[in-house]
Formats: sequence, structure tokens, C-alpha cells
Amino acid sequence: MDTLGAPTGRGTLARLVVLLALCALTVLLPAASAAAQEGESVRGSLRGPDGDPVRGVTVTVTQNGKDVGEDTSGADGSWEVKLPGPGDYDVELDLNTLPNGVVPRERGGETLEGVTVSPDQQRAVIFPLVPPSEQTGPGQDGGETGPPAPPPEPPLAERFPDALLGGIEYGAVIAICAVGLSLIFGTTRLINFAHGELVTIGAVAAFFFNATAGGPGLQLIMAGALAVVVGALFGGVVERGLWRPLRERGTGRINLFIISIGLSLLLRHVILVLYGSRPGSYTDYDLQQNVEFGPFSAAPRDLSIVGISVLTLVAVALMLQRTRIGTAIRAVSDNRDLAESSGIDVHRVVLVVWILGGGLAALGGVMFGLAEVVAWDMGFKLLLLMFAGVILGGLGSAYGAMAGSFLVGIVAHLSTLWFPIELQNAWAMLVLIVVLLVRPQGILGRRERIG
Amino acid sequence: MDFAAILASACTGAIGPIAAAYALAAIGLNIHFGYTGLLNFGQVAFMLVGAYGVAISVSVFALPLWVGVLIGVLCAIVLALLLGAPTVRLRSDYLAIATIAAGEILRLFYRSSAAQPVTGGVYGLQRFADDFYALNPFSTGRYGFWPFTFAARDLWVMVLGWGLVLLATVFVYLLVHSPWGRVIRAIREDEEAARSLGKNVYSYKLQSLVLGGVIGSFGGMVMVINTQSASPDSFDPVVTFFIYTLLVLGGAGRVIGPVLGSVLFWFIMVFLDALLRQAIGTGYISPNVISASEVGAVRFALVGLGLLLLMVYRPQGILGRKEEMVLNGR
Repeated sequence: MDTLGAPTGRGTLARLVVLLALCALTVLLPAASAAAQEGESVRGSLRGPDGDPVRGVTVTVTQNGKDVGEDTSGADGSWEVKLPGPGDYDVELDLNTLPNGVVPRERGGETLEGVTVSPDQQRAVIFPLVPPSEQTGPGQDGGETGPPAPPPEPPLAERFPDALLGGIEYGAVIAICAVGLSLIFGTTRLINFAHGELVTIGAVAAFFFNATAGGPGLQLIMAGALAVVVGALFGGVVERGLWRPLRERGTGRINLFIISIGLSLLLRHVILVLYGSRPGSYTDYDLQQNVEFGPFSAAPRDLSIVGISVLTLVAVALMLQRTRIGTAIRAVSDNRDLAESSGIDVHRVVLVVWILGGGLAALGGVMFGLAEVVAWDMGFKLLLLMFAGVILGGLGSAYGAMAGSFLVGIVAHLSTLWFPIELQNAWAMLVLIVVLLVRPQGILGRRERIG
Repeated sequence: MDFAAILASACTGAIGPIAAAYALAAIGLNIHFGYTGLLNFGQVAFMLVGAYGVAISVSVFALPLWVGVLIGVLCAIVLALLLGAPTVRLRSDYLAIATIAAGEILRLFYRSSAAQPVTGGVYGLQRFADDFYALNPFSTGRYGFWPFTFAARDLWVMVLGWGLVLLATVFVYLLVHSPWGRVIRAIREDEEAARSLGKNVYSYKLQSLVLGGVIGSFGGMVMVINTQSASPDSFDPVVTFFIYTLLVLGGAGRVIGPVLGSVLFWFIMVFLDALLRQAIGTGYISPNVISASEVGAVRFALVGLGLLLLMVYRPQGILGRKEEMVLNGR
């Protein structure tokens, strides 16, 4: 569990997520790291409710009432007690050394009895720490001590407009990203699982141009525009370098789908190595005063995100309807062979779709990074919501993808009016499953495509 | 660089409890993907309900471990029916998205604070397999010979894990060589043909989903019994991608494919991990290029690259037949 002491991110939630991701990694790791050291010990890393290390806390290990050893947590919250051999030990946290405002999650949780340590094991134990208001009695859900009184909330009618606006903003970002996904599916029948990484590439590229120490330090609008170019180029390169050769080899559709999953894993973790696990923010438009209009109040930044997204979506729709290349894209989506035989250069159309999709995804990524934070796995988190939007609207229908994405975003944010915010994406995905049950072809999709 | 130590830990990883857990999950997925052609991308959901079936029954409701196992299996059956009933009629890519979404929904709900009294929320549940370890016939100490030495505790989990793998493999062998197995392979090759022979394709697909899901749930149980800890974030969608990678590596649609795949996959994973850490530790790779904390990420990236290259150049894996792995789906 040595990664528990690794540096973590800024926001509380982000820190938690990173920490949990690291925990997940260590769970996946087999005995390799443990084999490096010899001798038994009990150890752990103390973290407060906000994820900060808790230092100076004494932990005592006893066996059958006899002291075995004790240690005090260091600056990174970690402690370790060497043990004489394998066996059962009791581990106790000295409550008097805990800082103010931090208590064990359960009353009596300062003592862990019967911790079994096997030969050569460095047994990690966890003392979950919470603020006093969240402490519960031993082994039950806190009914006896009574849950903490929730902070007074404004009535539903006042929170509704804000949630709706938040949902529209979220939906707009999803829509920008999902349109490309839908167009790519329409023209090549590929479900591009790596689309989320195109989003992350856009956000991270803008972060590099805008906020990296030693980077060019451009203003965000300029950095965003460059990021869109990077995304578009990347989309084009992936199509020319990977997907077109594979299609020409006659690779099966499902093989292509699994290849895109491999690509997604590869890109995501390359980004993690290059960018790091620490979430970041752009230097511009970070802190803004809300403006009020009617029942709504929002930061100018959020309004701009909605405005830019809607304008972009309208532009994409106009392009699809009015221009030659737009007509060609629709023709290829409709019937690839017929389009090819009537003289449309399908390769070129598909390349344009990938460039367009990459650019739009990058733009979505910049806006998502602006609205929330830039993180290495932001695109993957958005991916399932994009799928939800695309399927809600009907696979392959670009307008359907737009409508579906807005619905997904609004459902996600409105759910926070009644349910915890951590579940907002789960509700949005539940909508996906319900729609598949009731109307699998989606809102604007055609029946034949599902069969 | 100490190559003996690297090889030793890689060999240990290849036959360790984790490899057994993944092999079980992959055997289940092999029934779905390899034999029936169902693109189930939510195998981790079956592992999750199996694991939490055990953990919740024992930790929260204080039931005996074997009852927990039964409950875990029951949860997997219910999940397969709930998930399959609406989705196996759909085209394969819809099924893929619906199953991966279902896995994420489950994970998000299990880790939510609302579910904390039952599932332990983000902290998960610990120490629920004492019944199992109490039965350990091996007395304390280390067993085996270089490089295969295991503590008695690990050895006992491995006996369970690989024992289950053996049972599941024999079961799958008998299954695919039965009339039932011929029908599901026919469905994979040509659903319409199977239907025109009067087979109820829908029902066969559901049966396949249930069987594979139950075997997958055993994989989840072995995984959490090994660590004595069930936390929702060890059931990330990446686990499903790992299982696909090792299944494709070994050979989808072959009885031994998932087992061979899992052993090889974990050998490579632990080998890479140990090699990279040693190379960084001894200065062969500058910490400025890859630092020790990034080894995990590099390993994941290499898995992605491996899956990509396998699917491009050798979709049948080591044991598979190429003509069975040109999947155009419906």
C-alpha cells in the first residue's frame, strides 16, 4: 500500500478519487511489491476527512494485552510497527493524540482487534477518520446518535433553475463531444471507444498552452483554439494511420470495437504519465462573480460555454444540411455503397468526419476542463454519458445525438435535487438502460438499425 | 538488475490467487464472447455482485460464508436476467454499451454514501472470509521451491481459486461438447440459421449470460476472499478490459484459452512491473522519464497497446482459430 502516501490532488473530491484510484491499483497489484521486503509489520496511512495526512498520532500494537510496539504518524500520515512474527494483533489509535475535529468513523473505531498478519506480510490497516458530526455508533448506521442535521437548503423551487442551467451546460458539453462520435459511427459503423481520450487530449493540450509552467502561457481562447487544431489533427492521424488500413484489411466490426478499447487504454495512460494524476485548472476565467437574471444565476464562464456550444452545434447542423461535404457525409451515413458508386470519395468524407470529430471533441474537452477540472480520466468519465446521449437520440443520427446529450446532462443535474451528487452520472446512465428497454432505436433513430 | 528476483515474482504472480480470479472471470466471459458471440462488457458487474454477495452477507448480516456464496451466485443470476432480458435482443454493440453502463451504475451505487450502511461505501467491507481461513489445512510457514514459494494462507486461496478454475474448465468442456454448446456456437456463427432450425435464440443467449455470469461471480469472490476486503473501486471497468485482453491473448472460443491467457497475462504484468521498478531503481531508466509512481500507468498503457496489437495481428490469440474470430456482429 505504499502508494497511499503518494501526492494527491487539490480538490477534496479529486483527492479522494485519485486516492481511490491508487487503492484500486494496489489491489490489482499482486504480491510483487510485498515480496521486496522481509519481516512482518502493521502499517497504514492516516488521512483526515479532507484527504490531508494526519500527523503526530500514536498507534500502539498489542498482542494478548502485551505491548508489541508503537509508532507516531509522520508528516505524510504514514506509520509502521514492526512485529516479532505472524499472528493476531490488536491495533489501537491513541484518541488523545488525534487533532481537533477528527474522530474515528465509528465510535470505538480507534481499536482494531484481531488483525491477522501472515508470514512476511506488511499488513495495511485503515482507520477511517471523519469530522465529529459524522461519527456513528459501533456497528450500526448511526440511527442512535442521530444523523447530523443537514444544512438548511433553499426550497426546491429556488434550486431548480440552477440545476436546470447546470444540466443544460453539462448537456451542451456532452453534445459537442457526442456529435463527432455519432458522425463517426454513421459513416464507418465504428463505435469509437477512444472518443473520450480525444476529449482529454483537447483539454490537456489547452492546459499545456495555457497553464503549464514553462509552456507558452497563452490566453485561454487562443490556447483553446490551438487545442482544437491539435484534436482535429489527432483525429485525422488516427483515421489515416490506424482505422483506414484496418478497414482495408477487412477487419471485423467487433474486432475494430475492441481495438478502439485497446487504443483508449493506451492513450489514457500515456496521458496519465505525461500529464500526471493531479487535476488542474486553466489560468483564465477561474473565479467569477455570478450574474443574476430572473430566477437564474450563473458565472459568465458557464453562460459562454452554453453559448459557444449551441453556436457550434448550429454550425455543424448547417454544415451537414447546406454544404457539399455535409451532404456527402449524410449520403455516406445513409448508404455507403450507394454513395461510393455515385462518385463520392468515401475515404475523403470519412477523413473529414474524423478531423471534425477530433476537433469537436477537443473543444468539448476544453469547455469541460473550464467548467470543472482538467484530469487525465475526464474523457473516459464523459464517454459513457456520450454513449448514453448518442443511443438516446438514435445511433448514427447527429441531431439525435445532440438532443439525447442535452437530455442526459439535464437528467444528471436535476437528479441532484433529490439524490446525492455522487450518483448524478449513474442516473443519467440509468436513463440509457430504460430507453434501450422501451425504445431501443432511440428518440430520432430508425427502427432498422437495431435489429 | 536482479533478473532472478524479477522472474521469481513474475512466476509467483502468474500462478497466484489474482490470476486464478481473473481466469474464472475470463472462463465466464468466454462462454459469452467466445462461444455465444455476446459482447458483454460488464463482466466486472458479475464479479462485483458475487463479491459483495459474500461480503455483505457475512459482514453485515453475520451469515455463514457458504450462505454468502449462495447469495452471491443468486445475485449474479438475477443480474444476468435483469440485464439480459431487455438487451440480448439488441445488436451486439448496443449490448456492449448497455452492459458497461450497467457495471458502472452498480459500482457508483455500491460506493455511494446512501449505500454505506450495507456496502461500506467507498471504504468497502473487510474481514468477511475468516470462516474460509479457519479451514486452512496448511500450517503456518512457507511452501514450495524456488521460485514458487507461498505462505500457507496464499496457498490455501490458490487451492480454492485454481480448484474452481479446474471445475469451471471441465464444466465448460462438457458444455461446449454437448448439444447445448453446438447451439450457442451456431448462434455465434449465424443467428438466423439457428433460429430457422427452430432454436429459441433469445432463451439460449439468456442461459449463456446466466452461466457465464455465475462463473464470473466466483471470480469476484476469489478476488475479495484473497484480500479479505471488498471495495467498489476494485471493480472498475478496466477490470473487464483486462479480462478481454487475457481472453483474446489465450484464445477466445477455446476451453483452455482463458486459463492460459490469465497465467500469461499476469506473468507479463508482474514481470513488467518488477522490471520497470528495478530499471528505475538501478538507474537504467531515468526517473525523469518514468518515475516509480508511474509504473502502474505505464503497465496499463502497455496492456492497451497489447490488446490493440493482438486484435490487429492475431485476433485468435495463441490457441484460437482465425476463422472463428472475424466478428462482424449483428
